[in-house]
Amino acid sequence: MMNTTKAAKGLLALSQQEELVDLPTNYPLSASEDEGDSDGERKHQKLLEAIGSLDGKNRWKLPERSEASLKVSEFNVSCEGSGEKLALSDLLGPAKPSPSLAAVKKQLSRVKSKKTLELPLNKAEVDQIHREVAFSKTSQTLSKWDSVVQKNREAEQLVFPMGKESSSFAPIEHVFSDWKARTPLEQEVFNLLHKNKQPVTDPLLTPVEKASLRAMSLEEAKIRRAELQRARALQSYYEARARRMKKIKSKKYHKIVKKGKAKKAIKDFEQLRKVDPNAALEELEKIEKARMMERMSLKHQNSGKWAKSKAIMAKYDLEARQAMQEQLAKNKELTQKLQVVSESEEEGGADEEEALVPDVVNEVQMNSDGANPWMLRSCNRDAKEDEIQADSEEPSEPVVHEISENEGNEKSVEEEDVLLKEFEERRSLRKRSKCNQNAEPVSGQETKDSTSKEVLSELRALSKKLSEENHLSKKQKESSAKTVLLVQEEEPALEEEEPLLLQRPERIQTMEKLEELGNEDCLPSKEPPRAAVEGEQMRRNPQYQLKGKKKEQMISLQNLLTSRTPSVTSLAVPTTVEELEDEVEREQKQMIKEAFAGDDVIKEFLKEKREAIQASKPKDMDLTLPGWGEWGGMDLKPSAKKRRRFLIKAPEGPPRKDKNLPNVIISEKRNIQAAAHQVRVLPYPFTHHQQFERTIQNPIGSTWNTQRAFQKLTAPKVVTKAGHIIKPIKAEDVGYRSSPRSDLSVMQNNPKRHSKHQKQLKKSSMD
Amino acid sequence: MKVKMLSRNPDDYVRETKLDIQRVPRNYDPTLHPFEVPREYVRALNATKLERVFAKPFLASLDGHRDGVNCLAKHPKSLTTVLSGACDGEVKIWNLTKRKCVRTIQAHEGFVRGICTRFCGTSFFTVGDDKTVKQWKMDGPGYGEEEEPLHTILGKTVYTGIDHHWKDPAFATCGQQVDIWDEQRTNPICSMNWGFDSISSVKFNPIETYLLGSCASDRNIVLYDMRQATPLKKVVLDMRTNTICWNPMEAFHFTAANEDYNLYTFDMRALDIPVMVHMDHVSAVLDVDYSPTGKEFVSASFDKSIRIFPVDKSRSREVYHTKRMQHVICVKWTSDSKYIMCGSDEMNIRLWKANASEKLGVLTSREKAANDYNQKLKEKFQYHPHVKRIARHRHLPKSIYSQIQEQRVMKEARRRKEMNRRKHSKPGSVPIVSERKKHVVAVVK
Repeated sequence: MMNTTKAAKGLLALSQQEELVDLPTNYPLSASEDEGDSDGERKHQKLLEAIGSLDGKNRWKLPERSEASLKVSEFNVSCEGSGEKLALSDLLGPAKPSPSLAAVKKQLSRVKSKKTLELPLNKAEVDQIHREVAFSKTSQTLSKWDSVVQKNREAEQLVFPMGKESSSFAPIEHVFSDWKARTPLEQEVFNLLHKNKQPVTDPLLTPVEKASLRAMSLEEAKIRRAELQRARALQSYYEARARRMKKIKSKKYHKIVKKGKAKKAIKDFEQLRKVDPNAALEELEKIEKARMMERMSLKHQNSGKWAKSKAIMAKYDLEARQAMQEQLAKNKELTQKLQVVSESEEEGGADEEEALVPDVVNEVQMNSDGANPWMLRSCNRDAKEDEIQADSEEPSEPVVHEISENEGNEKSVEEEDVLLKEFEERRSLRKRSKCNQNAEPVSGQETKDSTSKEVLSELRALSKKLSEENHLSKKQKESSAKTVLLVQEEEPALEEEEPLLLQRPERIQTMEKLEELGNEDCLPSKEPPRAAVEGEQMRRNPQYQLKGKKKEQMISLQNLLTSRTPSVTSLAVPTTVEELEDEVEREQKQMIKEAFAGDDVIKEFLKEKREAIQASKPKDMDLTLPGWGEWGGMDLKPSAKKRRRFLIKAPEGPPRKDKNLPNVIISEKRNIQAAAHQVRVLPYPFTHHQQFERTIQNPIGSTWNTQRAFQKLTAPKVVTKAGHIIKPIKAEDVGYRSSPRSDLSVMQNNPKRHSKHQKQLKKSSMD
Repeated sequence: MKVKMLSRNPDDYVRETKLDIQRVPRNYDPTLHPFEVPREYVRALNATKLERVFAKPFLASLDGHRDGVNCLAKHPKSLTTVLSGACDGEVKIWNLTKRKCVRTIQAHEGFVRGICTRFCGTSFFTVGDDKTVKQWKMDGPGYGEEEEPLHTILGKTVYTGIDHHWKDPAFATCGQQVDIWDEQRTNPICSMNWGFDSISSVKFNPIETYLLGSCASDRNIVLYDMRQATPLKKVVLDMRTNTICWNPMEAFHFTAANEDYNLYTFDMRALDIPVMVHMDHVSAVLDVDYSPTGKEFVSASFDKSIRIFPVDKSRSREVYHTKRMQHVICVKWTSDSKYIMCGSDEMNIRLWKANASEKLGVLTSREKAANDYNQKLKEKFQYHPHVKRIARHRHLPKSIYSQIQEQRVMKEARRRKEMNRRKHSKPGSVPIVSERKKHVVAVVK
């Protein structure tokens, strides 16, 4: 029952829809209309039935009830036998060929495409959809902030407030524009102000001021202003120029300026003489007076403070000397009379003087300037004598000694000089012979050994020096008592030099030892002379020889240990050449050895343990300060006594835990005291302990970093300024475009809100 | 004769002006400055100790209210002005530099439930238990004028909170529903509700200003979009959220102060798991406010203390309390991020330093440099046990201390029980739930 009604309803709806579609006036739906009403009614009934049977349940019954129709026409539609639903296409199927039915077909197809409206969703679901859409939209717009947030979180330093603050100062008139006097007191004050016509609002000028402003005409004011401007510009220009000129530091420039001025003055003077002789005379007098004043004063006499300071500097400084000269020249210039002097006389005098000066003076002055002229002659003689001596001995004797001698001699009296000379000559002769005796082995050596030439030359120089010094000292002893001190000073020097002399045999001996040690082949040709030398030396100073030997032995022991191996290997080279056949076997052995080289585990372990024990032993503390209380230097070491005194022996620690465990190494490195200060667990952001250690090991203090680096390292992460309001971040601050419309206006234009609002309004009115 | 002497470039030792510090040449050769790590360690240790020595955060107490302080508001343009509303309906405006009350208004009958300032700082709004919303001028009344609100809106229900839009002349109230008002109208231009429950607070997002967040007593936090006039999403937590606060530097982050002693920082795009659970309080958290730098926030709790949390840490870095401070109801971080204000039950507003050991007043550049260096040293050696121990040490009131101990025991017991249950049941049937996930009951779309 329900089904049928439903179907009927559906059909009704369909028919209604058909009605809605405006049909063409001539309605050629079928030819049945022409046949008659009764027939039409019957057929309509049948159609109704057929459509009514569309429902599934009574589909099979219907054909039984219907009458058998013999006539099969296109109008007699039945779905008998087909067992299928009647479709609109079936109805339209036969109507296809005729073109007159096109309009109907169109309408029907339109009907076919129309669907029934779905039921509207309930309000909760609609709201949820709205919310979901809105949420997704909002979260999308919000995600534009992701990058900003990320950036701010990772920033090295954030300075708040972030945006530049626009400091806009409203003028006072605007601030007070709204303000009105209310209280009686205020009103009174205002009245007073107004009485005086004191300006309160915008143009802050009293009427008087305004009047004065109006007084001058515009053109006048302009001209006046231009004048003033020009004057000011000129003034400033000249000022600047003067300042600039004053600032110039070049002396040359100032000199030129001065000269220019002087020239100008002379020119003026000349002109004056021509024009006005009287005035010129006065000028002349003035100049004369200046000359007099100059003569009276000490102004340019090198006696002032400046001149004295320059005099001190004159020794070192060419410029200072020049400055002094200049001053003197100036003095001369100023004090010069303006008269012409006869030049011939002076010249002659000068010539005579030059002629009088003997050659010797010049010579000496060439040699050593500033020497006493009274001593010149003796000096010269000395020098000459010395030179002769030197020639006999050695052509390349240093000149310095000569000079020093000369100076020493200068002090002595002239009369004694001759006597002294004789003594000296004798003594020097004696000395020389002695020295030669000492140096004999050296000379002998020279002939024999070509390699030790350097040593020899050294020695020779030294011996000569010695002889000279002796010679000098003797001389000085005799000449004056003062020199005793000098000699005393020199004596230790002599003693010191002795080991230098004795160094030679040692060196040779080392060479010999080396030869003895093994390489006989090295220098075979030199052996006999060397032996001879040895013999000689032995004869001369056996003591030294012995000492040297002892020393050599000590050294050689050490040498043996270290220097053996290379000699052995060198010996091994020829043997290998001989035994070519065994080479393969040996190689194999070598390879095996190499392969299992690291296999000596026990030994290694023992070694390791020994090392560990060594490392863990407390170390002695050496507190000696080199150079403290004695001489210090590159190769000097503090004395043994001192070292002993300041060496603090480390106390014996507790016995090691693995002392009686031969197969174990127990590390005792862990320091309990230190462990309390150490981080036990790797802190969170670090992934490896090395990272963490590196951060700790890089110092950040200014003790270890430059000022700039220190500032950079200690820059705080967040900087805020006191007294500044920090506003929430804005889209404009970070370069985003904020929406031009305000939230409120957007909201008021929202249609949905309107409907809701209206509803609410209705509701409220209902209430 | 030639004299050799030392010659130096005057630029190396002559200062440019006499106001400069004398130049001291330094040799940075590392061999001359040995033991850098131990020396810096000692410096860090000393810096940490000094920090604790100088940690004196309490600055002032503003007294004058005759009932508990229920709400606080900052002035948007002036750092020295603070507004407070009390439980007896009185609103006071304070001058912080003078530490004096400059104005008192009897605004409402009953509680002042909420107070907020207009973005321009010329007026402020209050809501009270007497079902009214009132707008007041920031400046006092002129001579001979009465203390009267600019506007009064009479509502049908009690409003429990109010917040002003950051740019537009609109404000939002909450109570039975969230209403958005135009300042010029007496009817709300939009009201949004989702479920029927009393909403305790509503907050505008300071960056994306059309977003709102509210929390209701049926344990949920609801987000709204003002432009589209629709709620967005709802998250239901274990217990009731008292208030929320948006991060002023990160548009999508907000922190919720919950009754279950914790605070939850959420990313509003992913509400199912909070970004961070902040726990240290031992009683319900009543209020929360962000530092304007967005790096930290302060929370006020019923346990008579306030705590400062870094945004990305689950534990607090600082706890403030005094003997006389009772349940702290409201807290605000000042706009220069240097101070914290809290209003409590016993009628006082207290002013604290945000950094307990910070020196107030002008610092010389050398002081500043030393301070920065010490901060960096503390940061560098913060994991070393001695430094850590000193830096973490705080004295707490006995009540809080014992509560913490008790809760630790409880938590441990719970953990143990869960572990045992997991051990004795089918593997996988008792899953391990992370702390962050534990507290979110549901997310409603």
